[in-house]
Amino acid sequence: MTPKDVTGKAMHHVEPTAEELAEGLRLRRKKRLNNLAIDIFLMIVSVLMLLPLVFLVANAFKTPAEMLAWPPTIIPNDPTTANFKAVLGDTPLLRWIGNSIAFAVMSTIAIVATSSIAGYIFGKFRFQTMNVLFALFLATAIVPFEVYMIPLYFQAKSLGILNSVWGLLIGYLVMSFGIFLIRQNVIHSIPDELLEAARIDGAGEFWIFFRIVLPLLRGALGALAVLAFFQAWTAFAWPMIVTTTRSSYTIEVGLALFQTGFTVDLGRLSAASATVLIPSILLFVILRRNFVQGVASTGLKE
Amino acid sequence: MLKRKRFIFAMLAILPTLAIFAYVRLYPIADTLRLSLFQWNILSKNKPFIGLANFRELMGDHLFLDALVNTTIIAFGVLFLTIPMALIIAALIFHRTRSKMAGFYETAVFIPHVVSLVPAAMAWKWIFDARLGPLNAFLSFLGIPMQNWLFDPVLSVICIIILCSWQALGYAVLIYIVGFKNLPVSLYEAAKLDGASGPQSFWYLSIPMLKPITLYVSVVTLVSGFNVYAQAFVLASDAQGAPGRQVRVLVLDMLENSFRNYRVGYAASEAVVLLVIVLGLTLIQFSMLRERGRT
Repeated sequence: MTPKDVTGKAMHHVEPTAEELAEGLRLRRKKRLNNLAIDIFLMIVSVLMLLPLVFLVANAFKTPAEMLAWPPTIIPNDPTTANFKAVLGDTPLLRWIGNSIAFAVMSTIAIVATSSIAGYIFGKFRFQTMNVLFALFLATAIVPFEVYMIPLYFQAKSLGILNSVWGLLIGYLVMSFGIFLIRQNVIHSIPDELLEAARIDGAGEFWIFFRIVLPLLRGALGALAVLAFFQAWTAFAWPMIVTTTRSSYTIEVGLALFQTGFTVDLGRLSAASATVLIPSILLFVILRRNFVQGVASTGLKE
Repeated sequence: MLKRKRFIFAMLAILPTLAIFAYVRLYPIADTLRLSLFQWNILSKNKPFIGLANFRELMGDHLFLDALVNTTIIAFGVLFLTIPMALIIAALIFHRTRSKMAGFYETAVFIPHVVSLVPAAMAWKWIFDARLGPLNAFLSFLGIPMQNWLFDPVLSVICIIILCSWQALGYAVLIYIVGFKNLPVSLYEAAKLDGASGPQSFWYLSIPMLKPITLYVSVVTLVSGFNVYAQAFVLASDAQGAPGRQVRVLVLDMLENSFRNYRVGYAASEAVVLLVIVLGLTLIQFSMLRERGRT
């Protein structure tokens, strides 16, 4: 039976009066108008949110003369790539991007590794000692990084790893939230029976972790990896104090200090910023689902 | 026997993570607390224990109090701007979940939250620029006198609040959308049958039911507001071009005391103040949640 038949029958049974039909039509039109208004509003909000970034990219293609023009233009009249060439010549921009990528990738690997092991142990090995340790991890989760970064700086200094990617990394090796996220996933999506069955079949603990637990956590680990990568990629205060030589800056620090120079050229600054922004926005749009899943799970504390 | 073996495995597996955690998290936190009680200067050999003297000095330190006031204004400004807007935008996006555009709205609102702080702040610096920026151009088009946004003591704080809210909004919207998805549909259907309009069920159903989420997002927003640094560093350079001096914030003041004045113990006591604020906010959140659970 097709849907058409159903409605046909229904129409046959209940004869709506002309007034009822008109009322239904009016309500539907009202609803459609409502939705249209909402769509227009949301569209305006979306455009306003993106506008600063659009301005930035547009500025990157402006000539110095147009940059100073009043009133400011939105779309460059005479697009040029001179700013990009100049900024690549002036600053070790690619080196900074390379530093940031190395830092973010290593931090992601470290956080995924420590979180998956600790999350699994805390989720499935419910000994008293483990519960105490987990409470310890959780209790420090609310302490902002800014609170303890000065002593951490002196630790990095005594290790002799300032101005290197290792110095950056030491601040971003573990993530309390990551351990918490993986633990929740372990508890909810890996049944004890599965692990017990593997143990009865003679599987070792390592085999179980690598062959059963990790594959089942793929979704959560993906979300965590994206969160960890963006966290390191956008880090500011820590790289700011750990790196003091031009060649060891991350892109955030490099750009922030570049803009404090005396001869600030907005066109070049925008070109440098756009070079950083465009790839990270593309990366975000590609990984959006992972990211949203990761961030959304931060709100579900209970 | 078997249980013992499993316990040993668990201990061995957790040990490396635990060691790293102790070294990069527990130790520096404890060290912050310890240093705050010492006159610990990089340059002097003597680093005597001075009790709460650092904190007493903070209470009379104009730069610190200035930073504390600015940071508090920024944190609460971001809160009051972000939460109502996020709630409304999330409700509307949720209302339009089935439309093709929902994904676009969500992405557009969320992008400012993930882009790097510094390039984004750079975009806003141009927007607020008194001589070249489109904001003043727009104002003069409307016949409103142009403002010196980034150098006026009040306006420059507002600029930072706007920038931080622009970045914080996406996160709050996303969490609220998750909240809306978890609300029971049946309740809304019942309200509709009783003749409640959309705005009515938003006001009398959604807002009370989303209260735990509002509390959570508020605390996250406030805590990140109190840690504001990069935004002020880029946006609020003073007239000489010294970054972040126009609007002094806590983290900047702390880093200056530690790395410019070499007063590490004093800076640590500022960090402890920051910690106390964050703990206080978190405790308020938990106690309000518990209160709600009881009634």
